[in-house]
Parts: sequence; structure tokens; C-alpha cells
Amino acid sequence: MIGSFRQSMTWLHTWVGLIVCWILYFMFVTGTLGYFDSEIDRWMQPEQAPSPQTSFADAVAVARTRLVDEAMGAERWFITPPDEREHPHLEIFWQMPREEGEDIVRGNEDIDLATGEPLGEPVRATGGGQVLYRMHYILHYIDRAITYPYLIGLITLIMFIGMVTGVIIHRNIFRDFFTFRLSQGQRSWLDMHNMLSVTSLPFQLMITYSGLIFMVLNWMPGIALGSYGFDTSVADEVVAEATGNVPLEASGTPAELVDFAPIIADASARWGSDSLGRMEVRHPGDAASQITLYRQEDASRIPSRVIYSGVTGEVLDDREDYIIGPIKVASTFLGLHEGLFAGTLLRWFYFLSGLLGTGMIATGAIHYTSKRRKRNENEPQSRGYRFVECLNIGTIMGLPVGIAAYFLANRLLPLGMADRAAWEVHCMFLVWGACLLYPLVRSRIDAWRDLAALAAGAFALVPVINMLTTDNAHLLVTLPAGNWILAGFDLTALAAALFFGTAAWLIGRKRASMKTAPEASPRAAARADALA
Amino acid sequence: MARRRATPGGWHITSRVVAALIPGYLLTNTASIALGMLYPGSKLSGVAAVSVASFALWTAIVCWVFAVERLRTVWLGLLGAIALTAIAPVYLFLTGAGG
Repeated sequence: MIGSFRQSMTWLHTWVGLIVCWILYFMFVTGTLGYFDSEIDRWMQPEQAPSPQTSFADAVAVARTRLVDEAMGAERWFITPPDEREHPHLEIFWQMPREEGEDIVRGNEDIDLATGEPLGEPVRATGGGQVLYRMHYILHYIDRAITYPYLIGLITLIMFIGMVTGVIIHRNIFRDFFTFRLSQGQRSWLDMHNMLSVTSLPFQLMITYSGLIFMVLNWMPGIALGSYGFDTSVADEVVAEATGNVPLEASGTPAELVDFAPIIADASARWGSDSLGRMEVRHPGDAASQITLYRQEDASRIPSRVIYSGVTGEVLDDREDYIIGPIKVASTFLGLHEGLFAGTLLRWFYFLSGLLGTGMIATGAIHYTSKRRKRNENEPQSRGYRFVECLNIGTIMGLPVGIAAYFLANRLLPLGMADRAAWEVHCMFLVWGACLLYPLVRSRIDAWRDLAALAAGAFALVPVINMLTTDNAHLLVTLPAGNWILAGFDLTALAAALFFGTAAWLIGRKRASMKTAPEASPRAAARADALA
Repeated sequence: MARRRATPGGWHITSRVVAALIPGYLLTNTASIALGMLYPGSKLSGVAAVSVASFALWTAIVCWVFAVERLRTVWLGLLGAIALTAIAPVYLFLTGAGG
């Protein structure tokens, strides 16, 4: 479009990056935190300890008693015993057969292992880490039907275009990788953007493209429809073939549901008793009943499974390759995106990769203004430029302040407050909104410094307020006890405080050098200005 | 930025954005459906493989739309490619015959 292919791609990279950088920053910050969603849940629910670890068989026995009382005659039950992070409690789910002309009746409960009764309402109403995590793909305050998959899909596609054009324009991608000109103003923002992008490129490509795969059926329904000759009547068969979830009709003849213990013993012998994931019972109490035991999920999201008869307990199907290859590829993309299979170390790598992506977006956005400020040094600032700059400051520094406010609100809002969970989120967005307005009334560098300092202060307050408002969930207790989930949260908040504090200090230093240097050396001042 | 050419006009940009979004999206779909039909394995494998690739195809189309010099090439190219790739899907859709 303008000049050579690479010049066109540079133009495209700049503009697609600019139009979505703030929303992408939001998606990356909340998505990165989402890798610790369960840990954040735990911190935000200090009164509710996770269920004690019990054997799979014992948990399933408790669930069975409850389900027999509540949901006999169901079409299916799902039983998910508590595990180390994702499922802190025993979860049961049931779905009744569809009655003619009525909605399907479904239910789900978290069960107290000691009493076998549902857990009561939590003392502290909170959205927890789940609300934060879900924001990264459905946003907030906007109708979900609009955001996911349509709005978010478009933004993700633009992100992917940004990544592809970014790779194209970096012909010297490896040389750039080893080039880092610190303290050279505008060039160092570009260098930092390049370094962050190149070092984490495989992760960023994976996370963006896999994000798109989540939405492919919504965006490209024609592919599936077309391949089956636009014949929607085969949909059920296709889904069955794709998921290995073959439809099963009840026979109508009652038959006693088999004892689960031998089935669990058989599956334990196959995978080890620590690897059992969850259990599905179809048509409990019917002669056609089947029981499926799933192994814990791996990266492909297609766990091994064995299907047993729900009456005799005999093995009906234990094929390992019940899903065809290309479906596995698609599913592995999704599994890699969610990272549910990751252990602690890998989870931290996910978190760090997410932070690198966040930094990539932030440095790209800052580079945009920094470059244009140099180019138009002697002209008055345009309104569009000022708009971009205010959004940069208010989002890059302001969103973290909002996140800290979300955590602080969890500790400070009164426990009995109406709509408490919703107000935690309101606090986050009100604080972020205030941060977006702040750059309007301050000079650029002052706004950067002040908001960085505010973020540092807000994150430093998180463990302090936690100490003042909880009896046994703060660092003085959690550190000696080696409770790394709760202690890790507070320590991470302190690390964030340190990061933003350092940023505020660095910006303050540049500000001081700008104030004193201009007469002596305009070039040095311009450099300092650009770096800040 | 010595080699920088004049910034393209608003009309050029608007036209390309529309081309990338609407005919670009249509072409992604028609081409993917056609590719899915040509896929040598089972139908389901074809659907899965082509679905996974479809966003990459769209991305390539968008890059092309912004790389080509003349607007006429962009629009004629996209519409031509849609017409070409849509023959089989449209035939199927009209006849309802399984592919």
C-alpha cells in the first residue's frame, strides 16, 4: 500500500497495534492473572479452607449418597472429587432427561465431605480469581453475547495480524534480539519491544492463535456445515465422532447401579490412584447405564477414559485413540492456552510469559508516542496524540492500580454488604477510571511517575491490609506454615510493588534531569524525555 | 524515516479495512469450505484441520489486502477468488447433496 511490502506491513503493524493495544493490555493482564485463578480464589476466600484431600473412592461415595437422594433418574451425573488446585471441593452435577416442551433441569453443588451436605453460602461474597480470569475473554459490563466470541474474536485476530506483521518487518529478527541500546530514548523503547516480543514469540503466537481456535466454530460455522453438505441433521453424529461422546438412550428397565469400588480399583490399576480425574454416570439405575472414568486432563484436553457398564461393572470401551488426529490438534491448542495441566513450575512460566506479552504490548504503545514526540518536537501536540498518551498512562499504570484496588476491596468492603462481589469489581473499574482521568490534569511525566508510585503503594498495601483484616491468612502465619498459595499471593503483590516502585523512582530521576538539564544540553533532555 | 512515502488517504484505508473485513472474511469461509471438501481424510478430519488453519488464512488475506498497491487489484482479486472458491459450496448448498 505504501512503498515496499515491508513498509506496508510496518504501517499495518503500527495501526493494528495502536487500535487494540489498550484492550489487549487488559486481556493480557487479566489473562495472565488467570493462570493463578484458583490461587486468587483461595486468597479472596480466606475463611473457607479447601476440602481435606481424601481418596477418590471416598469422595465418590459421598457424592453418590447425595446424588441418589437428589437426582435419581437423571440422564447423567458428573462427580469431580477435590484436587490440589482447580477443584477445592467435591463437585457434583446432574442433568435430568428432557421433558417434552420443558427446559432441561440441571443442578450442581459443592459438597462438604464431612457431612455429605452442600456447602453453605461463603462468609465473604466475592468474584474471586474467576471473575478476573473471565474478564480476559468476556470483558465486563458488556453483554457476553457481544463480547465472546465476536468482539474478542475480532480483537484477537487483530492481535494475530499484529504478530505476523511484526515478524515480517523484523527481517533481522536475530540481530535485533542481540541489540539493546539502553538509555537511548526512543530507540530503547523499540529495542525493549523487540526483545520482549522475540524472546516470548512462540508463547505469544501460541496464545493468540489458540485463543482464536476457541471461537472458530462461531466464526467459521460454514466449514463444518459445508463439509457435511449443509445437512444439519447429522450434527449429533458429528459431535459424537468428534468428542467420543456417543448418545446413549435409557432402556426404561430399572437395574441396580453397580458398586463403584471395583471400577475405581480397575482405573487406579491403569493410571495410578493419583491420576483419576472425574466420573460420569449415565442413566443411573437403568439397565443401559454406563459409567465413564476420566483420567486427569493433559495438555490435549482429551484425557484417557474407560467406559464401564453401570450394572455389571465390566469394561465396555478402553480405547486410547477414541479421538481422531486433527481434533486432537485443535484440542491441544485449547489445552495449551488454558494450561490447566501445568504444575507449579510450568504455571509460573505461563505467568511470566503472560507478563512478557503484557510488556510487549505496553512497550509497543509507549514506542508509538515516543517516536511521534521526537518527530514533531517543535509542533504543538495534536489532540489525537494527547488522547493516545493519556490512554497509555491511564491504562498501563492505571489498570494495575485497579487490580490492586480489587484485592483491597475484597478485604475492606463490609462482609454483609449487598452485592458485595459486584462492588469489588466496581471498585476496580472506578479506580482505573480515575487513573484514566488523572493524566488529563498533569503533565505527561508527572502522571507516569505519580501513577507508578500509586500502583507501588496499592500493591504494598495488599499484604498489610490482609494482615489487619484476617486472623490467619497473612504472611506472619502463612510463611512459617509454608502455605505457599496464600503466602505466594502476598509475596507476588510485594514484588509488583517493588516493580512499580522502581519504575516510579526511575521516572522521577529522569524528571529531575529534565528539570535541570535543558539549558545545558537540549539533546540530553530530549533523550531523557523520550525514555520516560 | 527518509524513505517514507506520503501517508495514504483516508479513502484508501477505509476501502481496505472494509475489504479485509467483509470480502476477506467471505473468502476465508468459501476457501476453507472448498479446502475442507478437498481434504483427503475423513470429513471430520477435514473440518478440524481446515478450521484450525482458517484464521491463518484470514490473516494472510488481510496482509495481502494492505500490501497490494492498487485498490482495484484488491477488490477484483478478492471478489474473483470468492467466486472461484464458492462454486462448490454454493452448488452443495442449493442441492443439499452430501459432499
